[in-house]
Amino acid sequence: MAPTTYLEAIRQGLWEEMERDARVFCIGEDIGIYGGAFQVTEGFINHFGPQRVIDTPIAESAIVGAAFGAALTGMRPVAEFQFMDFLPCAFNQITNMVAKAHYRWGAPAPLVIRGPSGGGVHGGPFHSQNPEAYFTHTPGLKVVCPATAYDAKGLIKAAIRDPNPVIFFEHKFLYRRIKEELPPEDYLVPLGQARVARSGGDISVITYAAMVHTALEAAEELAKEGIELEVLDLRTLLPLDRQAIADTVKRTNRVIVLHEDVRTGGIAGEIMAVINEEAFEWLDAPVVRLTALDTPVPFSPPLEEHFLPKASDVVREARRLMAY
Amino acid sequence: MPTDVIMPQMGESIVEGTITKWLKKPGEQVQRDEPLFEISTDKVDAEIPAPASGVLKEIKTPEGTTVQVNTVVGLIDEAGAATATAPQPAQNNIQPAPSAPGGKETETPTYLREAPGAAHGGTADEPARGMEAAARSQETVIEFPKGPEEEEDGERVRSSPLVRRLAREHEVDLREVTGTGLGGRVTKDDILRFVEQHPAGVPAIPLPSEPAVGRPAAAAAQAPAYQTGTAAPTMPAAQPAAPRPAGMADEIVPMTPMRKKIAERMVESKRTSAHVHSVYEVDMTRIVKIRERRKDDFERRTGSRLTFMPFFCRAAIHAIRQFPIVNSSVEADNIRYHRNINLGIAVALDWGLIVPVLKNAEEKNFLGLQRGITDLADRARARKLLPDDVAGGTFTLTNPGNYGQMFGLPIILQPQVAILGVGNIKKQTVVLTDENGMDSIAIRSICHISLGYDHRVIDGAIGDQFLREVSDYLQNWNEDLG
Repeated sequence: MAPTTYLEAIRQGLWEEMERDARVFCIGEDIGIYGGAFQVTEGFINHFGPQRVIDTPIAESAIVGAAFGAALTGMRPVAEFQFMDFLPCAFNQITNMVAKAHYRWGAPAPLVIRGPSGGGVHGGPFHSQNPEAYFTHTPGLKVVCPATAYDAKGLIKAAIRDPNPVIFFEHKFLYRRIKEELPPEDYLVPLGQARVARSGGDISVITYAAMVHTALEAAEELAKEGIELEVLDLRTLLPLDRQAIADTVKRTNRVIVLHEDVRTGGIAGEIMAVINEEAFEWLDAPVVRLTALDTPVPFSPPLEEHFLPKASDVVREARRLMAY
Repeated sequence: MPTDVIMPQMGESIVEGTITKWLKKPGEQVQRDEPLFEISTDKVDAEIPAPASGVLKEIKTPEGTTVQVNTVVGLIDEAGAATATAPQPAQNNIQPAPSAPGGKETETPTYLREAPGAAHGGTADEPARGMEAAARSQETVIEFPKGPEEEEDGERVRSSPLVRRLAREHEVDLREVTGTGLGGRVTKDDILRFVEQHPAGVPAIPLPSEPAVGRPAAAAAQAPAYQTGTAAPTMPAAQPAAPRPAGMADEIVPMTPMRKKIAERMVESKRTSAHVHSVYEVDMTRIVKIRERRKDDFERRTGSRLTFMPFFCRAAIHAIRQFPIVNSSVEADNIRYHRNINLGIAVALDWGLIVPVLKNAEEKNFLGLQRGITDLADRARARKLLPDDVAGGTFTLTNPGNYGQMFGLPIILQPQVAILGVGNIKKQTVVLTDENGMDSIAIRSICHISLGYDHRVIDGAIGDQFLREVSDYLQNWNEDLG
């Protein structure tokens, strides 16, 4: 079986769930006839019909509202956002309605909001953001960020089956750039569970999405000078796998928290607080965070490159940590 | 050469436009970007700016006429503008975006600093340093400390939460650990290495098994300050801890945890028991000769070296049977007589002293005692003693004579009430009186034994009689060695 791209893995997961459960349907802009801006739902409308692959106007708040209504009646909607940068258009629906429905009214809202996020493609400020922090801050939601094709498929399926509302952040940089062999059987990846992408004894790099690959690249470089990184792929940001975070810190005693989201208010702060709570006495050095700069995502390619964390940044910080 | 003024395309789907008003007459000066005429299209009415500076030479399309887009509707003569009047950035025109003539940096502010109206004025007072400020904030906020000279507080050793926890668990004083981290910080590797090289030792109740840091070799000779109890300079129990001016040559070495513990226990023992010491002279000639004769054969048969210790142990056990008070403990107002005799045998180690216990010694014959003593001493030196091996002693024997001392005045090992010190066995001249009362001088092997005992429960008479029992048993040794 040929290796499957990250994007294709998501498509497969979506398709399989729609086959499996008639309550599952897709709704979003250009997903039907056009097949989706990134072609994730190409071919879906022909197979599943327009009742289950619904094209909408440019109206994010209504998309979520409609999905929410459908979820309340027992359906399992998957709402696509053409770019997750547009989530704030539906902010009230997501945070006040969907997130609180079960708590406030005993009314579960089992919907999935999915779409491309992340930079590195010269998309500019409105097509490159990492908006996850707005939603990791909202109790009632789950927030998922896969880094591999295997996880993307397993997690989208698990997210659709989850009775809670899930915000599923796909990384557009990874869509066609990474691929791997996937098992043919129906498999799920559990939400709320991190994965050790690489074992090592010297420094833990706690990260997610595209930055997992950045960390692995840095690890290759550092291994040559005898520094072994352990890379923890969080996979789910809400709820955070506190146990995995504590365990990796206890193994290495030094930590870099790495993410593509901006620095201030990014989830690195939350992770560092968790480390302080769970493993303070295992720290042999201060926890370091590596993030994007506190600006909108630049369009200009050299500026965007400066804005995003790079493998060379990870290498530099790792060396400093070892010398502490 | 005149510049064409054309009907612009105001939208993709717009194909024509109507000139509704000319704002300049032919012959009038016009500046580049200055509004020149107004148009009306399907989508929008607009004011169209002049494409160049100069004089409006000709109007080709009069007001009210509709023409296709891109039609030339007028001409501007730039002849007058060829020399001095270079195109200047219009100060009060509507500009679609802050343009960048003359190469001034346009920096996009992260936050709007000025009122929106002022932005059209052109010159920003200060370039908003959005990216630069952000770039600075990316520099790691955590400052790694610079060096030991920056450390003002001499007490505090720089380490980390992990290192402090390890220090706590292993009872290590961080001031003794060499730090190889930044600024002399003690790192995880530093403390783990230290612990490996300085194990905490068997959890014996009072006793050290760790070298006192910085003590010269001479200390080892009197080390078992525990053993001697003499006013060793290292143990000035009565001396208050008066602060002394530190001279240039003085070296201040902090106590290891073990040393601190010994110090506490020694002083505590002296405070608890009313220490009295009696010394007895014992003629060991008989035993010395027996040992000389028998040791090779003994070793061959039993596998154990034949030492003096089991002789003393057997004698002590015999004497304890006569005077059980010597094998007791004080518990508040009661005396606990121990049913078993668990003999503590002090063992001198390279790094200190330890007292493993030979349990139920009263059940053992000579060979059993010898073997037991050898086993405990060997395991003590190999650091293989178990916690149980150093607990539960009821009476202790110590052997300072090893270092050549005549006798010592040992400190009782709490909660026992007596301790027997065995001095050096040395040839001396003594006066022997035979059965006829005739005196002669003989050379005999003499050993001085000393009993340290607790006068709370053992009076002088008992102590002395105990010692005489031991002495008689030794002088008239009549046991089979096994």
